[in-house]
Amino acid sequence: MLNYTLRRLGSLIPVLFGMSLIVFFIIRAIPGDPARTILGEKASEAAVESLRADLGLNDPIVIQYFHYLGDLLTGDLGTSIRTSSEISGDIWPYLAATMELAFVAMLIAVFVGVNAGILSAWFQNSIFDYTAMIVALIGVSMPVFWLGLMEQWFFSLELNWLPSIGRESIRDPVEPITHLYLLDTLINGNLDQFFTVVKHLILPGVALGTIPMAIIARMTRSSMLEVMRSDYIRTARAKGQRMLLVVYKHSLKNAFIPVLTVIGLQTGLLLGGAILTETIFSWPGIGRYVYESIQYRDYPVIQSGILVIATIFVFVNLIVDLLYAAFDPRIKY
Amino acid sequence: MSNHVLEVNDLQTCFSSKEGTIPAVNGITFHVDAGEILGIVGESGCGKSVTSLSVMGLVPSPPGNINGGEILFNGEDLTKATEKRMRKIRGNDIAMIFQEPMTSLNPVYKIGDQLMEGIRIHTKLSKKKAYLQAVDMLELVGLSRVTDLMKSYPHQLSGGMRQRVMIAMAMACDPKLLIADEPTTALDVTIQKQILNLMKNLNEKMDTAIMLITHDLGVVAEMCSRIAVMYSGKVVEEGSVQDIFRDPKHPYTKGLIDSVPDMRVKKDRLYSIPGNVPKPGAIKQGCAFAPRCGQAFSRCAKETPELLETDNGAKVRCWLHHEQ
Ligand SMILES: Nc1ncnc2c1ncn2[C@@H]1O[C@H](COP(=O)(O)OP(=O)(O)O)[C@@H](O)[C@H]1O
Ligand code: SF4
Ligand SMILES: [Mg+2]
Repeated sequence: MLNYTLRRLGSLIPVLFGMSLIVFFIIRAIPGDPARTILGEKASEAAVESLRADLGLNDPIVIQYFHYLGDLLTGDLGTSIRTSSEISGDIWPYLAATMELAFVAMLIAVFVGVNAGILSAWFQNSIFDYTAMIVALIGVSMPVFWLGLMEQWFFSLELNWLPSIGRESIRDPVEPITHLYLLDTLINGNLDQFFTVVKHLILPGVALGTIPMAIIARMTRSSMLEVMRSDYIRTARAKGQRMLLVVYKHSLKNAFIPVLTVIGLQTGLLLGGAILTETIFSWPGIGRYVYESIQYRDYPVIQSGILVIATIFVFVNLIVDLLYAAFDPRIKY
Repeated sequence: MSNHVLEVNDLQTCFSSKEGTIPAVNGITFHVDAGEILGIVGESGCGKSVTSLSVMGLVPSPPGNINGGEILFNGEDLTKATEKRMRKIRGNDIAMIFQEPMTSLNPVYKIGDQLMEGIRIHTKLSKKKAYLQAVDMLELVGLSRVTDLMKSYPHQLSGGMRQRVMIAMAMACDPKLLIADEPTTALDVTIQKQILNLMKNLNEKMDTAIMLITHDLGVVAEMCSRIAVMYSGKVVEEGSVQDIFRDPKHPYTKGLIDSVPDMRVKKDRLYSIPGNVPKPGAIKQGCAFAPRCGQAFSRCAKETPELLETDNGAKVRCWLHHEQ
């Protein structure tokens, strides 16, 4: 197991290297001159040229890449063109905000999705099954921005139950420690703030979690249906076991492996898709950080942001691979 | 009469499908006496598995359903029992083992946990006591290195070992009736013999009645005291093993016996019953065996024969054996 983990970690090196390469060159393929963008239309050609030299943009592109890669290896993500500050210092609060949101979204998606799938399979062709699967179908096909706006309109404007934007109360900001506010408010022992943070998480969490929830529900249902037809489920029933345990114990553990794969993939997609949700809900996450940098052609920030998200995606899938063994003893590493 | 552990009367189990209702079990009647081994024989598709699942209350529903008849277990009609009552009976009073040992154990749980699960459902034993009992059961079914085995997963065991585990699991709560649905069909010949011997031993030692389902007459001859021959969802002949092998009454039983390879008498060429098993419900009128029967006559295609008792207490469903 340890051996396998190390081998898998080793095999990530070329993947991460390839990713840095792709991100670097794609971003440079976008037309436009960052020096010109920074200085504005009215700046003189000489000023722009000197800024280009300062930023290293005149070097051959291969040299630029190796510079970048060398810095990466020392944990240096570069300097933001726009703010002139170190990206590795800036990026964490944004990343933390996204991770917190993604965590809540996946928590909702997995809990609701898995249970809805189980009950749909257990009570196949019942009203519950039909309703859940229709809702799931609507869920996967619903545009996230539309869902987000509807949530804001209904739960914030109409009912005034939940805050519509941000991740904390402006009047009572959270004292950041880890920048994961759920954690920080608990560390500070401020329960009021904790619940405020939770309230802020609900609407964007649901908006972001709906598509994975629907996909997880459908996957769980079909996987459970297949398992529940199998011989060992009949054996469990022949022992006199009650249906609740036949379903949640004997079936679920077997049915969970394909669901786990979907959860891993969806977590990655969700990190990438967070940008829409973050924009609608003014969520200060990494998606917004990258999005704003695109407007300024802040190359270093864009590539760092994408690279960080891609790296998390790769690691989530590694964790999923390692988790397979926990569910299926037949898998040997 | 009171000697009957199980008495099935005119049981009808149907499956609904697009083509209508399929009577997989179509008025079957038989009984199992305390401590005996009853063999139920018949070609594949004649409703043997559906019969045993009906007794267990495990017919997949939908599409399956018990539409008529009664299943008396110690006098209690199981067709009318609640699911809660059935849960008490399953694994405790009536246990079952299946044809497919390779897939009948849950692949993601340890053998020990699966054994102890059944014990702890039906007894109030502590974990420790249940563990000891599980170990005892594994030894009883002739497995060795049982403490290691308790910690193993099913995929680490051979088919024969898994079937032994299934038997241990079934016998763990000392049931009065064990239903064995083709327990050796999927196993090698040598392993088959061992498993059958084990079942015979357990039958004698623990006085458990066994309903042994098979399509192998050789197995029946070795194991059983009585046979019920099934055809197309019904019993067509029933009687003691000696009577039926010496003097089969029903043309179908005769055909079955003639098609067994090494039945004492040496034959030049192996006989096989012409035609195929009809789909359940395909034959609406007359004797279901008529299209394949060499002795069929005019009456057979028109009227369905009853299961009649003959002079020696055996039963047969054939117009040849009705008076006049
Ligand atoms: N789950 C099911 N759904 C529909 N029909 C079934 C099902 N199980 C059994 N049947 C029907 O019952 C008939 C008898 O099946 P079975 O009892 O398994 O035969 P066997 O004697 O080989 O055990 C089959 O031919 C099939 O038409
Ligand atoms: S009733 Fe007729 S067709 Fe049926 S088994 Fe007897 S002789 Fe053959
Ligand atoms: Mg069968």
